[in-house]
Parts: sequence; structure tokens; C-alpha cells
Amino acid sequence: MSTERNILFGLYDDEVKLLDAVKVANADYLDIDDVYTPFPVHGLDPLLGLEESRLHIAGFIFGTIGCLFGFGFMTWVFTRDWPIIFGGKPYWSVPAFIPITFELTVLFAAVGMVLVFYIICGLGPGAEPRRLHDRITDDKFCIAFDATDLGSDAVEKLKGYFTKTGAESIHSKVVPV
Amino acid sequence: MSGHVAPVRKPLITGSKTYHQITEDICRPTETAPSLSWVITFMLSVMCLGVFAFCVAWTVWIGIGSWNLNRTVNWGWDITNFVWWVGIGHAGTLISAILLLFRQKWRTGVNRAAEAMTIFAVVCAGQFPLIHMGRIWLAIFIFPYPNTRGPLWVNFNSPLLWDVFAISTYFTVSLLFWYAGLVPDFATVRDRAKGVRKKIYSFVAFGWNGSAKHWQRWESLSLILAGLATPLVLSVHTIVSFDFATSVIPGWHTTIFPPYFVAGAIFSGFAMVLTLMLIARKVLHLEDYITVEHVESMNKVILLTGSIVGVAYLTELFIAWYSGYIYEQFAFLNRVLGPYYWSYIGMMLCNVLSPQIFWSKKIRRSLFWTFFMSIFINIGMWFERFVIIATTLARDYLPSSWSYYVPSWVEIGIFVGSIGLFFTLFLIFTRIAPVVAIAEIKSILKTAGDQYIGDKAHSHQDGRSEPITEGVNDDKEENK
Repeated sequence: MSTERNILFGLYDDEVKLLDAVKVANADYLDIDDVYTPFPVHGLDPLLGLEESRLHIAGFIFGTIGCLFGFGFMTWVFTRDWPIIFGGKPYWSVPAFIPITFELTVLFAAVGMVLVFYIICGLGPGAEPRRLHDRITDDKFCIAFDATDLGSDAVEKLKGYFTKTGAESIHSKVVPV
Repeated sequence: MSGHVAPVRKPLITGSKTYHQITEDICRPTETAPSLSWVITFMLSVMCLGVFAFCVAWTVWIGIGSWNLNRTVNWGWDITNFVWWVGIGHAGTLISAILLLFRQKWRTGVNRAAEAMTIFAVVCAGQFPLIHMGRIWLAIFIFPYPNTRGPLWVNFNSPLLWDVFAISTYFTVSLLFWYAGLVPDFATVRDRAKGVRKKIYSFVAFGWNGSAKHWQRWESLSLILAGLATPLVLSVHTIVSFDFATSVIPGWHTTIFPPYFVAGAIFSGFAMVLTLMLIARKVLHLEDYITVEHVESMNKVILLTGSIVGVAYLTELFIAWYSGYIYEQFAFLNRVLGPYYWSYIGMMLCNVLSPQIFWSKKIRRSLFWTFFMSIFINIGMWFERFVIIATTLARDYLPSSWSYYVPSWVEIGIFVGSIGLFFTLFLIFTRIAPVVAIAEIKSILKTAGDQYIGDKAHSHQDGRSEPITEGVNDDKEENK
């Protein structure tokens, strides 16, 4: 296995053209490697067959942990570890625990979900994922194919596809896997 | 992408921008040398920050005795400032979270700066409880951690501890939300930068590359964080109001406090956003992105929340009278006519009466009046907290211990200095990060750009983005 991949990509100047091009690629059974855009393009996910993100499940799990941890910890402190009577109230004064339980639920859910997001996307300080073109974060919409193992016929076919769908420019770049 | 847009919607982006122009316009302040007005404002802010540092050091060195608090009035400007800053810190998350859930497109022009403002305001707010402790090096005692004192835990039944959790959670979640939004925009700045700047922005952009799957997760993350932040933002000022409402002080012990504080927080927060944005749009030349439409929308929220606050003031008075209980009645009569009557007048004038001018569409759309009112409202909201705190305490249970409180120069210095801290942070932010959310603005261009909707819309042009002028296909052959 080579440690490098040859990416063939075309840049479009409008998201409508991009969506049309993805539809053509689907009709022609072209195997799109990835699509890169300067902002979230709506309607793209179903065309690329991307399943709905399951981040909310992570958020729910972390939130549940935070909720149980907060409530459980306060319960343990005030009924087992060091019971103190405050203002004649019961040791286990549930209503007074609600605000902190709520805050910890939100805190755990948010922090956990954000960490999961960065980890599954492979993003983080110093991360160097594949960057194809500097204008992709500006105003160009990119469709990329993995051309590492493709013969010249297949590459020509992809170039023909880019031309046909109105790509503004066609590039190829070797990137680390 | 040009979904249906109701004809009554006015454009939110003017100047017939292309995607590339948006990038240019918003990245420019981070790429050019600062203007003279920025440098002067920054120097003034840093001077104020110096006053803050000096007065805080003085307080820590001499002790809380350098403040004019006494046994009767034991909360003064410190807690007033704390509540004031926390309130200001509510607008950012409201704009980015609640308005995201309501699909209000105008939020995209102001959300970034408003969120930044939120974070800086909470930073300012957090200073006050800490320095009010006196022995600031023991501030860690507020956190429940295993310790050598027993371990003796904190009092989880105390609203002051709820505050610790609420404010620190709010700060953390706001920061994460803000940064998640900044990552794609830092990537935009990175891809335009060279040399050392490119290295720095590569680091902070976390390697963002705009992949479709990443965008999908990013949108999902934003939406869920918004869903979490919405009850959070409402809970934070509710809990701040519990500091008062769960006490047994007449004038504080009222159930109306949570909604009244939340409305007041949004009110003052929006006023501060307007103060900052009206300056920023001029200085950073963002008039095409922060338009009069944005200003008008925010003024409508100000009018609504100002009126809610006004109703709350009157309800308080009514309920005090209706309770038939003379001590409660005295507490409120004292609030209006007592020794601090001037602060009550200031509060009513700034918060309730003056925002009513926003019923006029002409004034809502006037930048001069908006700016004037935004300052006015912030003064009024400061008075509100002062009225609640100092007025109530000054006339406590025992007439023999009644007192009158005026701040010492140290307290004034800390307050003025905290404004310096806030502006220093905000001014630095305007130089290093895109002040408007670039990716989000681009995503509404075709439904809110003035070339697509509104009176001046012309027929759709395809391919509005600008061609690549350099480096076309330059790396095309090298791999063959």
C-alpha cells in the first residue's frame, strides 16, 4: 500500500453547480471521495449518501452521566459522607440539588459532545488533514476523486466529467493518506 | 439554494456581495494594520485595565476594609457590577442559540461579536465575587474537591454555590460554542495568510478543511449546543436572581425575580451588543453585513424586554401594596421614595420610559438614537441592580442600624477598570478573529443578499464567485 494518494479534484464557483454535478456523478456511478465547501450546503448530504450525524446520542449519554454524577455526588456528600443540617431542612434536600444537577447535565453534555466532534472529525490543535486548495475555505466548491489506482482512461473520464458539469478548474494533488 | 423567501423580508447583506468579497471584507481587519482610532481606543482601554489591576491589588493588599461596605450594606458596587456584567453576558448566547432555534437569519450578522462579548462580560463578572472574597487565594474553596478539612464539602443548598456552577458552566459552554463557530472561519483566514500568521492560524483552525461530513457534524453540533444553551442561558440569570430571591430580606424575597432578571439581562445584553456593533460596523467597515435591518430587529427585542422589565417593576409595587403587610410595603416605598430615590428615578427613566420611543419605526431605524439609547439602557440596568441591592440593605430590620452607602475610590476604580478589561479583550478580538461569522453569512447570501431579494434585486446570475486568477492548474501535471 502506498502512503500517498493522488487526488483529482474540480473546483466549482457556485453551490448550485456543485449540487448538479454531484447528481451527474451519482447518475454516472462515479465514486466521489469527498466534497469540500466553504459553508454547509443544504441538500448535499442526501446526495452523498451521508447518514444523519449521531452526535446527539453522544450528547445524551454525556448529559445523563453529568446528571447522575451531579445528583449522586450531592446525595452521597449530604447523606453519607458529611451530613449537615442547613436551616432545619432534611439532609437529602432534593429541590435544592436541582440547579446544580441541571448545570452539570448541560456541562457534561456540551463538553463531551464537543470533544467527540473534534475527535471523530480528526480536528484539533496541530491537526493537519488533507487540504486541497486555499480557495475552498473562501468561495470554491470542490468535488474530489481518489485517482491513485485509476488508469489514464478513468482519469480522462473524470476530467471529461468535470468539464461537462462546468467545473471552473481541474487540479490534481498528492496528499498523505 | 434560492429557497422561498417571503417578500416582506428585507435584505440582510447589502452591496451585491459575492462569496469572495465577503471573505475579503470580513478578513480585512485581521490582515491590515490597526487604524489610529483602534490604537487610541485600545490604549485608553489598557489604561482602564491598569486602574482595575491597581484597585484590585489595593483591595487584596489592604483588605475589603478599603471599600465602603459596612455591617448593614454588605453588598454594594461589587455585587451590583457582578450582576450587571452577567446580565450583559446574556445577549450573545441568546442571539446565537435561541435565534438559531427560531431560524432568525439576522443573527448571522451579529452572533460572532455578541458571543465574544458574552464571554468577555462573563470574565468581567467573574472578577467581582472573587475579589469580594477578600482572601482571593482561597477562592478554590468554592469548588467541591477532596480536601484536608475533613473533607468538608461546600454547601450544595446555597444559591451562592449554584451561582458558581451556573456561571462556570455558562462560561464553558459559551466558549465551546463560540470556538466551534470560529474554527471554519479561522481556516478561511489561514488559507489567506502567509508565514508566521499561517502557522498560528493553522494551529487555531484545528485543521479544518470544509469536508461535507465535517460540515454536517458541525451543523448538528451547533444545533444541539443551541438546544442546550437555551435553557442554560435562562437558568443562569434565574440562579443569579436566586441569590436574592431565596434570602429572607424584604424586597428581595420575591418570586418574580427569575423572569424579571432574565428579561433584564436580555435587555441590557442587547443594549451592549448594539453599543459595540454600531461602533464596530463603522470602524471595521461592516455596514453591508450589520445593516439597519439588524439594528431594527435588536431594537424590537429591546422594546419587548424593556417593557417586560417595566411591568415587573410595577408588579412588584402592586404586590407589595396588595400583600397588606406593612414591612413589605415599607421596603418598596423606601425603594421609590427612600434615600436612594435618585437611583430609582434613573432606573425608571432609562429602562422603562425611554425605550418606549422604539415604538416609532423611524427611531428604531435611526443609528444615532439607537446608540444613544443603548448607552442609556446600560446605565439604567446598572441602576436597577444598585436599587435592588443597596437600597434594600440600607434600610434593614433594625432602624438603629440603618445606614447610607457611598462607594470608595477603590470600588469606583474597580468598576471603571472592569470596563477597561472588557474593551481590551473585545478590541483584541476584533484584530485577531473574523468579527462576523463568514461561513454563516455566506450560507444566507442567496436568501438574504440584496441582489437576490428586496427592491433592488436583479435577475439571478450564475457563477457569482470570482475566478481564480493565479495558480490555475499549476499543480496539475507535477504528479504525472
